[in-house]
Amino acid sequence: MSLKEKLVSSFLAFELDADINSAVHDIRTKSIREFEKIGFPDRKNEFWKYTPIKKVLSEKLTVFKKKRHLIDFDKVKDFFLGGIESYKIILIDGAYDPLWSNTTHKGADICILSSVLENDKYSNIISKYYNKLIDKNESFSLLNSSFSKEGAYIHVPKNIELDKPIEVIHINSGGESSLMLQPRNLIILEEGSKAQIIESHYSLKDKNTVSSKSNNDHIDPLTNTLTEIFVEKNANLDYYKIQNDLNTTSIIDNTYIDQKKDSVASCHTFSFGGNIVRNNLNFYQNGKNINSILKGITILGANQHIDHHTLVHHASPNCESFQEYKGIYNDKSTGVFNGKVVVDKIAQKINAFQQNNNLLMGDHSSVNTKPQLEIFADDVKCSHGCTIGQLDKTALYYLKTRGIPKKEAKGLLTYAFANNVLENVKMQVLKTKIKKIIANKIGVSLGFEL
Amino acid sequence: MAYTEEELKKELEQQEYQYGFTTDIESETFPVGLNEDIVRSISKKKNEPDWMTNWRLEAYAYWKTMKEPNWANVNYEKPDFQAISYFSAPKTNNKKSLDEVDPELLKTFNKLGISIEEQKKLSGVAVDIVMDSVSVATTFRETLAKDGIIFCSISEAIKDYPDLVKKYIGKVIPKTDNYYAALNSAVFSDGSFCYIPKGVKCPMELSTYFRINQAGTGQFERTLVIADEGSYVSYLEGCTAPSRDENQLHAAVVELIALDNAEIKYSTVQNWYPGNKNGKGGVFNFVTKRGLCHKNSKISWTQVETGSAVTWKYPSCILKGDNSIGEFYSIAVTNNYQQADTGTKMIHIGKNTKSTIISKGISAGKSQNSYRGLVQVGKKAENARNFSQCDSLLMGNKCGAHTFPYIEAKNKTAQIEHEATTSKIGEDQIFYCNQRGIDVEKAIALIVNGFSKEVLNKLPMEFAVEAQKLLEISLEGSVG
Repeated sequence: MSLKEKLVSSFLAFELDADINSAVHDIRTKSIREFEKIGFPDRKNEFWKYTPIKKVLSEKLTVFKKKRHLIDFDKVKDFFLGGIESYKIILIDGAYDPLWSNTTHKGADICILSSVLENDKYSNIISKYYNKLIDKNESFSLLNSSFSKEGAYIHVPKNIELDKPIEVIHINSGGESSLMLQPRNLIILEEGSKAQIIESHYSLKDKNTVSSKSNNDHIDPLTNTLTEIFVEKNANLDYYKIQNDLNTTSIIDNTYIDQKKDSVASCHTFSFGGNIVRNNLNFYQNGKNINSILKGITILGANQHIDHHTLVHHASPNCESFQEYKGIYNDKSTGVFNGKVVVDKIAQKINAFQQNNNLLMGDHSSVNTKPQLEIFADDVKCSHGCTIGQLDKTALYYLKTRGIPKKEAKGLLTYAFANNVLENVKMQVLKTKIKKIIANKIGVSLGFEL
Repeated sequence: MAYTEEELKKELEQQEYQYGFTTDIESETFPVGLNEDIVRSISKKKNEPDWMTNWRLEAYAYWKTMKEPNWANVNYEKPDFQAISYFSAPKTNNKKSLDEVDPELLKTFNKLGISIEEQKKLSGVAVDIVMDSVSVATTFRETLAKDGIIFCSISEAIKDYPDLVKKYIGKVIPKTDNYYAALNSAVFSDGSFCYIPKGVKCPMELSTYFRINQAGTGQFERTLVIADEGSYVSYLEGCTAPSRDENQLHAAVVELIALDNAEIKYSTVQNWYPGNKNGKGGVFNFVTKRGLCHKNSKISWTQVETGSAVTWKYPSCILKGDNSIGEFYSIAVTNNYQQADTGTKMIHIGKNTKSTIISKGISAGKSQNSYRGLVQVGKKAENARNFSQCDSLLMGNKCGAHTFPYIEAKNKTAQIEHEATTSKIGEDQIFYCNQRGIDVEKAIALIVNGFSKEVLNKLPMEFAVEAQKLLEISLEGSVG
């Protein structure tokens, strides 16, 4: 039985005790039907041309979890920002962990999605926002809509500026095999509100002790996550994604962001882990004077594969978008960047910028990039640039003549390459945390305070 | 009173295709439709040897199994391949001197401003004129022959130099390459053949003028240019078609082969009928052009595309030899309802290969202009270097400009840069020109010229002037 058939047939069991009159059940049923029609994409699909997603779609995957894992605080706390207070939503193997989470309903709703989906109090919210942004032709979005029950629900009311950042932490306990996770987040920032959100993926297993060959039956989880974000008039969103899971787990991330007049939304994606990671980041601008910022740093090694697909749809005049993605590829890793900017006829006076820089470090590493522009308005300023190259040999030589060993010199230059994306991270603690991960990933101590 | 933009727009829309006229020459046309017999007849008509007939039949058999591609960013009604006549030759054939050429035909060329006499006497350009697929006059062949250069129609080449043709035809673009290349391989009517021997620098620019004349005939040209070791050739191709209501299909194949240390410069000015202002009629241009570079060789494509209703064209370079160089310079102008999906492919295979891509797209009216390019660096292509730049200029808010650059690097020593911009002609720029007494139309011509200068400069002198004129003609007053 193929994975598709398996998923479709497990849907019945999955929704066995669901309220068949609920709106959510209706959405799930419709989604699975659509999914059944289109199935999984293959590489003939232009959208998936460079990503062999079939590789991770093992028929052993299942949406049913075997057991519940509890984790000691000592282990979990490493994943926290540290140093500052924050709201936390912790999901272990896709299940909510109330022990270490820190949710609230005071001032703003920061809680789990399941409580919202099951509570009549929120039916207005569900009918107004839930499943409204997704691309109905995208297999994985449909799949998530069919099976998602858990995730973060964040609702910041009008003119509220959150006092603390929000952390949404996905932890892979390592105890589950063949699990296909379907986390789902719904985020609403009402008019004039402001929030900082950090969504991260970690694994409890130590990267060095993992050997996929030692246990052939064990398949690390595939996470198919979907996030819908509504940024209303004049609201301000700072969103950070940290993808630092095992090199053997895979992530498919669909994020849809709808922006209204005068709002600002930025999304930083830091990708270090994963066997195959696919990020579909979609920004829809519906109103004037909107600013969208998309940035990313990717550092991969081994056989890792990443695919960043971004879309910025400018549907209104006087808006801006700014994209900057940096990729560093070691060993046999491969990177894909497909950035698309669409400017509608009425969207005049648009300023759209897109940049993708890549460092190819590994002998067998490769990069496929396609920065794409589709422009229907004439009074616009749109540009994109993309480079693929190596570290500057003369700069490397310069550092070596100053007594810096080759490895450190390379590390310094690599770090400098990625730095200007990092500079825009406003939260100091987060910046430090990411710098640590980068230093760790590059494998050198850079000799200065990170 | 000042010339308003409205007036400009109107004038442009009303501007008829300058070269829209038909020549009344008796043509011999095959019955419409395509089947194995038609393929055989074409081959027989041209007295081709058996290997050629079989080659065509193989291509036809393969074509039957293929589907017309629809990935390009263009919309059009798919041509009915059974409603096209696949061979049309002016009856007056085999002329030795210009006197024998049909005066009607000569008039056509005169209208185009490329009188053969003039060309012969003044410009020093040898012209192999292709009128509805059959070469009717070849000039300067003797001069070229002195250096051992072969420049003739491909049907003559098949008869006279079968070894050369057999060795190279279909080597760069296999007959199974794509839908239109397969169709062309099966039914190509004529085209040009050029061979430059070892170490010879071709003393003049070689040139072909294509012209689609017969109503309802598909044009299937086949061009093969071979530059032997250490040689150099500059080849010009210019195309115009008379005004017709039905869409005409053009599916040409151009193969370039640059052997070690050779250099080929291939320039095209394409000015086929783009259809009228309502988007009716016009030529479908589905062309496959590809060059193969051996060691230390260089192939340079330059194109100015102002015509055709639908263009689908990607002149490419396969940089197989070490140290080889590929270049692509392009200006694509679309107006009214024209659609263009054009660009290039640079395939880096050898070591130390370099490629440059400069593409300028100008869209006006309700047209759609796309750049689609591929830069591919293979695993063994050490030190490959690419620079790409594609700029788009939009005029009016009903047109669209799109870029689809594919960049694939599989070697860590590759250095690739790509940049693209989209902009419009600034009001301040026009104002600046107006201040200095330059009217809007002239100002636009000036700005467009500046925008496309990098590419225009790459054209041979004779073409640069014509191309500049074409740009002006196709864009006059289209700025809003």
